[in-house]
Amino acid sequence: MKKVYVNEERCLGCHLCEFYCSFAGGGETDMAKAFKLGRVVAPRVRIEESKDIYFAVQCRHCEDPLCVKSCIAGALTKKNGMVEIHKAKCVGCYTCVLVCPYGCIAPDKKSGGKTVTKCELCLNSAAGEPACVKGCPNKAIVYEERGEQ
Amino acid sequence: MKYVIIGNSAAGIGAVQGIRELDKDGDITMISDENYHTYSRPLISYWLKGDVTEEGMKYRPNEFYTENKVNALLGKKVVSIDKKNKTVLMDDASVTEYDKLLVATGSDPFVPQLEGLDKVKNKFTFMKMDDVRAVRERLSKNSKVLIIGAGLIGLKAAEAMVSFTNNITVIDLSERILPAVLNEEASHIMKHHIETTGVRFVLGTTVKEFSENTATLTNGDSIDLDILILAVGVRPNTELIDAIGGKVDRGIITDDTQAVKGLSDIYAAGDCTKSHDITSNTDKMIAILPNAFMQGNVAGKNMAGGVAHYTNAFPMNAAGFFGLHIITAGSYSGEEHTAISENGYKNLFIADNKLKGFILIGDMINNAGIYTSLVREQTPLNEVDLALLLEKPALMAFPAEYRKEKLGGQR
Ligand SMILES: Cc1cc2nc3c(=O)[nH]c(=O)nc-3n(C[C@H](O)[C@H](O)[C@H](O)COP(=O)(O)OP(=O)(O)OC[C@H]3O[C@@H](n4cnc5c(N)ncnc54)[C@H](O)[C@@H]3O)c2cc1C
Ligand code: SF4
Ligand code: SF4
Repeated sequence: MKKVYVNEERCLGCHLCEFYCSFAGGGETDMAKAFKLGRVVAPRVRIEESKDIYFAVQCRHCEDPLCVKSCIAGALTKKNGMVEIHKAKCVGCYTCVLVCPYGCIAPDKKSGGKTVTKCELCLNSAAGEPACVKGCPNKAIVYEERGEQ
Repeated sequence: MKYVIIGNSAAGIGAVQGIRELDKDGDITMISDENYHTYSRPLISYWLKGDVTEEGMKYRPNEFYTENKVNALLGKKVVSIDKKNKTVLMDDASVTEYDKLLVATGSDPFVPQLEGLDKVKNKFTFMKMDDVRAVRERLSKNSKVLIIGAGLIGLKAAEAMVSFTNNITVIDLSERILPAVLNEEASHIMKHHIETTGVRFVLGTTVKEFSENTATLTNGDSIDLDILILAVGVRPNTELIDAIGGKVDRGIITDDTQAVKGLSDIYAAGDCTKSHDITSNTDKMIAILPNAFMQGNVAGKNMAGGVAHYTNAFPMNAAGFFGLHIITAGSYSGEEHTAISENGYKNLFIADNKLKGFILIGDMINNAGIYTSLVREQTPLNEVDLALLLEKPALMAFPAEYRKEKLGGQR
C-alpha cells in the first residue's frame, strides 16, 4: 500500500502543502480565487513547527486504525489500505479526535464542525494523487510503498 | 466452528469482524431481542432531534450480515445458557448450539425506587430505539419535560428535546452536571453554556414523591411534568452468566482475552463487563462504545483461535452539547495543569511521571488524541518535551526517533 511519508529533515515549514491540500479539496480550479474569496481554508495536513524543526503530518492510514474502531456511527471505514470518512454518516461527536494518536482527524470547519475531516490521499478529489506531495518543492513529503498495510 | 453472539450492538459487531479476520467460513449466529438491523445506540438522541434518519443510524451497512455470513436472529431473547451441552435457549423455545459463545448483552437503564413513580403515565428510559420512538409520540411544543440525571445520557436527551419544547428541567442528586466525566470547573462551564438554551437545572436534590403530573422534591419545591425521562445510570446485563456460575461482580469478570472467568468457551464484551482502568488501576464498568467494540473485537479473534489481548482500557468521552464539545480521558488525580482560553478550558492531571487524565472543552479539543496516546501508552513524561505538551498536544514533543518510526512507516 502506497502511503504518504514525512521526511522531516527536508521540510522547510513553507506551508505550501496546506495550500495545495485546501485547494485540492475545495473544488475551485483557480488557486488565487480559492483563497482570496475569504473561504474557509480547511487543510487535512498539519504543519508542526518550532525554531528549528518543521514537519507535515497527515492521516497515517494506520494498520489498525483506532478511529475506525471507535467511531460511534460507523462513518469511518478502511478499504484497500485507505481510511475513509463518510461525511453523510458522521454526527460530529469527535470520538475520533479523542482517539487518533497523531492528531490527524479534525472538526471540519467547512461544515461548522458538524462533521470531521481527514486526509483521503486525494483519491476522491480531482487531483487523483496527493496534492501535497505533488506540490512540495523539497520532497519533504513523499507518496510511496514502504511495506505497510 | 459454531459461534453464537448474544447482542447485535457494538461489542457483537466487533466480534463478528474479529472472527472474520481469521475464520471466513465458520457459522456465526447473532441473537438480539431488539428487532432492528445493528444500529448505533448513541445516535438515538440525534434521531429524536431530527438530525439523523433511521437509515442513517445503522452502525454497519445493510449488507453487513450477508457479507459476513451472519445468521441474524432478531427479536429473540436468550433466556438461558446450558454450558454442559453448549446450547442457548431462546424465548420462543428454540435452541442453538455453540462451540464458542460471546455474551455482549450490554446494559439496561437503572430505574430508581422513587415514591409514586408508578403514578406517572408518560415515563421513559433513554437507551434504545423503541424508547425514543415512544418519547417522540408524546413530545409536543407544550410538553413539560423532567429529566432525572444530569449525566451524558440525560443531557443528550435534553439537547434532543429542546427543539420541541422550551420547558425542560434536569435534576440530579449531585451538585454539578456531568459529575462522572467532569471536574467542578468544567461542569460549571458546561452548565452555564447549556442554561443559555433555556434548559433548567435543579441540582443537589432528588424527587421525594411523584403524583401523575407533579414531582415534589426533597428540597420542598415541586415541578410540573407530563414527560418523565429516567437517566440516572445503567446496570450491566449479567444474569445469563450469573445463572451458570461465571464470575460476576457488578459486571462480568473476564481475563484480558475477554474469556469469562470460571467458564470455558464463553466470552463477554462491552457494557455487560467490567474493565481494568489502567489510569487508576481499578476495575470498573467503562460503558462507552469504543470500549465495547474493541473488547468484542479481541473476543472474536480469540474465539476464532487467534491470540489477542485487551490491556489498555480507560474511561474516555467525546460529546458535544449545543455546539460546545468536551473531550476527556483517564482519571482525574495528581498534579493539575489548567489553562483557560476565550472559548475553551483544559486541565491535565499528572502523577508518577505520567499523564493520568485530561479534560478539554471547546477550542482546546484539537489534536486531543495526542494526549490520549500518552494516557494509553502511559508514556514516561521525562522522555518527552513536557513543557510543550502542557501548552498543546504536539508530535513535536516526542523524540525525533519516535517520529521517524511513526511517521516514516518504520513500524
Ligand atoms: C443515549 C446514549 C448516548 C450514548 N452516547 C455515547 C457516546 O457519545 N459515546 C460513547 O462512546 N458511548 C455512548 N453511549 C454508550 C454506548 O451506547 C454503549 O457503551 C454501547 O452501546 C455498548 O455496546 P454493547 O454492544 O456492549 O451493548 P448494547 O449497545 O447495550 O447492546 C446490547 C444488545 O444486546 C441485547 N440483549 C441484551 N440481553 C439480551 C438477551 N438476553 N437476548 C438477546 N439480546 C439481548 C440488547 O437488547 C442490545 O440490543 C451512549 C448510550 C446512550 C444510551
Ligand atoms: S485518522 Fe488517525 S487513527 Fe485514523 S487512520 Fe488516520 S492517523 Fe490513524
Ligand atoms: S466525529 Fe464523525 S467520524 Fe468521528 S467518531 Fe464521531 S461520527 Fe465518527
